Amino acid sequence: MILTNTTNYFGQLVNYLSEQMGIGGQILAYVLVAAIYLSFFAVAGLLLVYVERRVAAFFQLRLGPNRVGPHGLLQTIADALKLLSKEIFGTNRKDNLLYKTAYYLVIIASLVSLSVIPFSKGIQAFDINVGVFFISAVSSVGVLGILFGGWGSNNKYSLIGGMRSGLQMISYELSSGLAIITMVLLAGTLQMSGIIEAQRDTWFIIKGHIPALIALFIFVVAGTAESNRTPFDLPEGEAELGAGYHSEYSGMGFAYFFLAEFINMFIISAVGVTLFFGGWLAPFHLTDSLPWQPLWGAFWFFMKVAVFIFFMMWFRWTFPRLRIDQLLTLEWKYLLPIGLVNIILMAVLVYYNILISF
Amino acid sequence: MSYLGDVIGGIKTLMKGMKVTGSYFFPNVINKKYIITRQYPDEPAIVMERFKGEVVMWHNENNEHRCTGCQACEIACPNGSIEIIWNRVLNEETGKKVKQIDKHIYHLGMCTMCNLCIQACPTNAIMWSTNFHNSTYDRSKLTKVLNKPGSKLMAGVEE
Repeated sequence: MILTNTTNYFGQLVNYLSEQMGIGGQILAYVLVAAIYLSFFAVAGLLLVYVERRVAAFFQLRLGPNRVGPHGLLQTIADALKLLSKEIFGTNRKDNLLYKTAYYLVIIASLVSLSVIPFSKGIQAFDINVGVFFISAVSSVGVLGILFGGWGSNNKYSLIGGMRSGLQMISYELSSGLAIITMVLLAGTLQMSGIIEAQRDTWFIIKGHIPALIALFIFVVAGTAESNRTPFDLPEGEAELGAGYHSEYSGMGFAYFFLAEFINMFIISAVGVTLFFGGWLAPFHLTDSLPWQPLWGAFWFFMKVAVFIFFMMWFRWTFPRLRIDQLLTLEWKYLLPIGLVNIILMAVLVYYNILISF
Repeated sequence: MSYLGDVIGGIKTLMKGMKVTGSYFFPNVINKKYIITRQYPDEPAIVMERFKGEVVMWHNENNEHRCTGCQACEIACPNGSIEIIWNRVLNEETGKKVKQIDKHIYHLGMCTMCNLCIQACPTNAIMWSTNFHNSTYDRSKLTKVLNKPGSKLMAGVEE
């Protein structure tokens, strides 16, 4: 099992408990790790919803939620409690199986992608050798959940929203995949921890100079599209579709979709930070000599992710929504050809070693 | 070449948009002139001087007002928002009976802020206040008595 890796804190936990209590301890350790990830999911999701609302307000010269708790920090907890207490009801002739499995699929996709992300040195549940590929593969399961939700709701708007989401995901997955491959050329490995180790001296955004910059641009655009955020929020375009694929969900069903969307944003940002900005590595080896290395790693990781997320929010509150044909033009006529040329450029640069490294 | 031109032009215009919204988010760094919203309950509201909030009666420090009880405002009011209860009091110096207001009743709930009563007043006894915090839980609280209890007519107004 990959989890039994001894350089990993979760792996150490599993080893320790299974030595102490045998198979029961191993299961207990897995449950503990799952609980840690689930609570991270909930806390990060709620925090991101709060931050999103607050940032949105500041962009529009408002204040946002600032009444519940200090600076409104408890607002999203209050909202979640309200959603928990709400009745879950759907349309009369919904496809019950698809309708009910939809949000679980979305959440499972987000959680599984989350497990591969290295939060710091040794804080990573699964350090598999195809980490980046695994994330891009699993995150496309989420679109299946959205499609299920759109189809199962038995509602025209939900269906159109779900279909648009599928279209958009399939298109932009290509571009984000190409951007990821461009960076993987530099690292020479798909393993997340390996990619970070390869950046110990120079971050890839500097090492790969021009093609890395182009890849970052493509990755940000495709990532924004994959997380269904404005300017690519056609699946839930309020003006056209009500709420798109989650029109017919209420209570926690809606909350799961909502949280998963924000966690997807976090995952995209985390992958971007890992690929381009050195993951949990400190800039200029600032904190390399200090004690508590894993905590410092987590600190730098979350700082970088916060900046990345802030930029995604900045996009959201600046750019107008694309029309569906513009969306496809952008992907197939611009991002994809540029991405392909970019890969060749990067391959040539790597082959002749025209890279910046310190 | 127009292909690459389109791409660069697109990025340029996106940057321009981000600069505009960025100036809203970082007002101290870039530009402060955009912020025009006042956070009203936390900051005091700015009310224009000519704002017609409610009709009040001016009193000086000796609790004297300028209302002679002539009822011009009551007649001028188009919807009966003003009622004046008055009686005649014997003036001891001249030996004549003089009109004096007992209560100047003003129904704020009915008032349309039309300004006719204030135009009609010959002695400038009533005027506009800019107070707009008029919401109450009970409609009867909107019926106000404008002259303060124990107040009397200021000397020299009737001449």
